[in-house]
Amino acid sequence: MLYLSLVVLIPLAAVTVKAISSGVGTFWSSIDNTLAIRALAITLGASLIVAAIGAVMGTLVAWVLVRDSFPGKRFVNALIDLPFALPTIVAGLTLIALYGPGSPVGIHLAYTRAAVIVALLFVTLPFVVRSVQPVLIELDREVEEAAASLGASNATTFRRVVLPALRPAIFSGAALAFARSIGEFGSLALIAGKVQIASIVIYADIESGSEQSAAALSVVLMVLALVVLFGLRRIGARVGH
Amino acid sequence: MAISRRATLSLRAVALLYLALLLLLPVAVVFWRTFEHGAGTAWSFMTTPAAISALWLTVLIAVIAVPLNTIFGVGAALVLARSRTRGKAVLDALIDLPFVVSPVIIGLALILVYGAGGWFGSLFLNHGIRIIYAVPGMVIATVFVSLPFVVREVAPVLREVGDEQEQAAATLGASSWQTFWRVTLPTIRWGVAYGVVLTTARALGEIGAVIVVSSNVAGSTLTLPLLVYQRDEQIGGQVTTSVYAAATELAVLSIAVLLLMTMFGSRTKDEVR
Repeated sequence: MLYLSLVVLIPLAAVTVKAISSGVGTFWSSIDNTLAIRALAITLGASLIVAAIGAVMGTLVAWVLVRDSFPGKRFVNALIDLPFALPTIVAGLTLIALYGPGSPVGIHLAYTRAAVIVALLFVTLPFVVRSVQPVLIELDREVEEAAASLGASNATTFRRVVLPALRPAIFSGAALAFARSIGEFGSLALIAGKVQIASIVIYADIESGSEQSAAALSVVLMVLALVVLFGLRRIGARVGH
Repeated sequence: MAISRRATLSLRAVALLYLALLLLLPVAVVFWRTFEHGAGTAWSFMTTPAAISALWLTVLIAVIAVPLNTIFGVGAALVLARSRTRGKAVLDALIDLPFVVSPVIIGLALILVYGAGGWFGSLFLNHGIRIIYAVPGMVIATVFVSLPFVVREVAPVLREVGDEQEQAAATLGASSWQTFWRVTLPTIRWGVAYGVVLTTARALGEIGAVIVVSSNVAGSTLTLPLLVYQRDEQIGGQVTTSVYAAATELAVLSIAVLLLMTMFGSRTKDEVR
């Protein structure tokens, strides 16, 4: 507990104290300017898009990994963990290498919002896949066969039988991806360019010595992250029943 | 569901194409860019004094942070799964904080506490210990961001196996220390191992929290991820071989560590059988 306090709790308390140290009025004026609001809006928007795409594609990938079989499946399965193993700065650089200036495929995304979204999809890929996969493995296939024998089409079976079982896993995976996207720095540091992502704005504020405004934006981001964390726990508790 | 062959194939194609475009192709291009001017050029960028010192600092920080978080992680997991204290729910929620708080905020938080004008900063400075903009701060930042991995891997295993075997050991007269080494630790071994792998990967690659508390001076406070960032900044967005070389060095280091650990893990598993 002492370890946790020294390393985690006291520093986070210090940020909150700093944010409101010169009064609540100063706190609001640091947030209530176009730059901070823009940064928050862009960050939230990008994170929502990433969570949505990640939920759909992650579920699809998990489905193929569980229900399909093809040569090299074990390799593909191992590949899913690559974004967790690869340092995030390298992840950002890989996308510049492929989609940046001098791109070998002729697509120029670097330094745009699209590039930010691609980078976030890269680093958050494992969350949904790894949360849906075990549920899909455990899923009783007899229920699906029963639905089919009662005349349900594949689409109906998926929507009425499979999806409800997977929904909590998809949700918690997407929420983790969302929380990670809100705070992500490493993979965006090189690729974001002039796109004002919240974590990069905070870093710029710290570098230029305006710790108070950095702390104010930090508190807003932390509150958002905590809301997601507690939302996650409620979903987790509901699944437990 | 009886899915037609065509549907199966198209789902498979979509999934594999997505993974190839998002993961495989970008990583392959970095390796190709690193060696496009020959292996000699790439090697010379990897062996500059700044690169070598960055490599050692990265390894040093991981070597300090990983054991600390492993010991804390196993201890915290034991508290979460076994004890019935009232603060348990709070501890459970707090442990996830480093996963949801942005790394940059973590760096800022450390400056505000341990920096020159911070809460405890002057205390350490009076004793001549510099924490922020020096290696100790970078170690604390790394410990912070990689804290939850071991706890989150070990606690579910402990809950799953229950405490019957531990109680049996205690009934047979084993001290709690003996019970831990002979009964508990062997059952949670795989959880610990996987947690350590994830902690190491994060410790080697962390940039957001570390960049804020580092003075970013080549040769003293530059880790490999910071070196990649700095080399990219200096040439003003014109990404060249020097950047790719540092990135490849970092990628090879972290992937090698992971492979080694997986190999080590599977070998001990075979011995047990």
